[in-house]
Amino acid sequence: MSASANKPTPAALFAAFFQIGVTSFGGGLVAYLRDEIVTNKGWMSEDEFLAALEIGQTLPGLNSVNVAIIAGRKLAGPAGAIAAATGLVIPGAVILCILGALYVRFHNNPDVAAALAGIAAAAVGLLLQVTLKIGAKQFLKLGDLLFVLLTFALVGLCHVSLPVVLFLIAPVAIILRRPRKEAAK
Amino acid sequence: MRELVSLLNVFCLLSLLAVGGGSAVLPQMEHETVTVHGWVSADDFASIYSLGQMAPGPNMTMVGLIGYKAVAHAGMPGGMAFLGMLIVLVAFYLPSSFLTYGASHIWDAFHDNPWRDSIQKGMAPITIGLMLAGVHAVGKTASYNPAHSMHFNSITISVGLAVTAILFFKHINPALLILVGGVVGWFFLRGI
Repeated sequence: MSASANKPTPAALFAAFFQIGVTSFGGGLVAYLRDEIVTNKGWMSEDEFLAALEIGQTLPGLNSVNVAIIAGRKLAGPAGAIAAATGLVIPGAVILCILGALYVRFHNNPDVAAALAGIAAAAVGLLLQVTLKIGAKQFLKLGDLLFVLLTFALVGLCHVSLPVVLFLIAPVAIILRRPRKEAAK
Repeated sequence: MRELVSLLNVFCLLSLLAVGGGSAVLPQMEHETVTVHGWVSADDFASIYSLGQMAPGPNMTMVGLIGYKAVAHAGMPGGMAFLGMLIVLVAFYLPSSFLTYGASHIWDAFHDNPWRDSIQKGMAPITIGLMLAGVHAVGKTASYNPAHSMHFNSITISVGLAVTAILFFKHINPALLILVGGVVGWFFLRGI
């Protein structure tokens, strides 16, 4: 780990991640994290960050929170991991507390209900766009597309429980992509 | 009290099942919280999910609101609502965080293992399928809802598709677009 000459304290980590937690409206958190950790603070090199992201994406949990845990641990140990993750999550949680209290109080008001319906309709569009963008490669390959549709049908339409799908379908998908001796594709 | 334990159980499991990010557990979360436990209505779920898209930070922090409503639903006093929120947030974030913390220690040992690539390639289409199921889970209330009129549904579907299209062609902050969706909803969906 050569590029981490300046190691932050847990307090500095908390402050940096808290700032991201306050300002990162509209998703795309990983980009915010990269800008802060790599570009602004120089705490990690680009490669170190990408390695952390790779782990964070593969393991369960939110990518952004996982990256915060990994970066926090590498930079300042267990206290750093806690500082980074809580800093990232707390601002949004506080704002959602307020939104939640307002929601419980006003969601039957016709004006609010109409606005909420519009917000929810727009959020579906956002999720669809993110899915199509991330999945562009999978939608274009027949083998992958079959797994996309199978998973969608089982979980979305038949309500097969997620653990069942993950333990039945995922091993098949992974074995089909098993390492080959000569790189086939 | 039993509700709080149920919340803990459900969200700890969801935490560990969130492969490929939070959106992947949306369909299972909707099923558990709306159909199985009845903590929130389908409308609540869609609203809470979309409110979460407008708050800063990780977009799944909105799960706390499900805990908040679940406690209210169980008839527990208001102060307990925040406890419900806290329990859900801890349950949803802590297990996967522990796992990541531990795994990042041993990850380097697997760095050159070819199976890692296989896992990523094999899981990618499953994650996409789950996200698509998430679109369906929220969309069946928020976009096309049989309880609403055809007119209402055509507006909600149009708003969603417009957001999808705009995001493909323009680099706009999605939170802003969702806010615009709220204004459009307030203007066109009132009283219909």
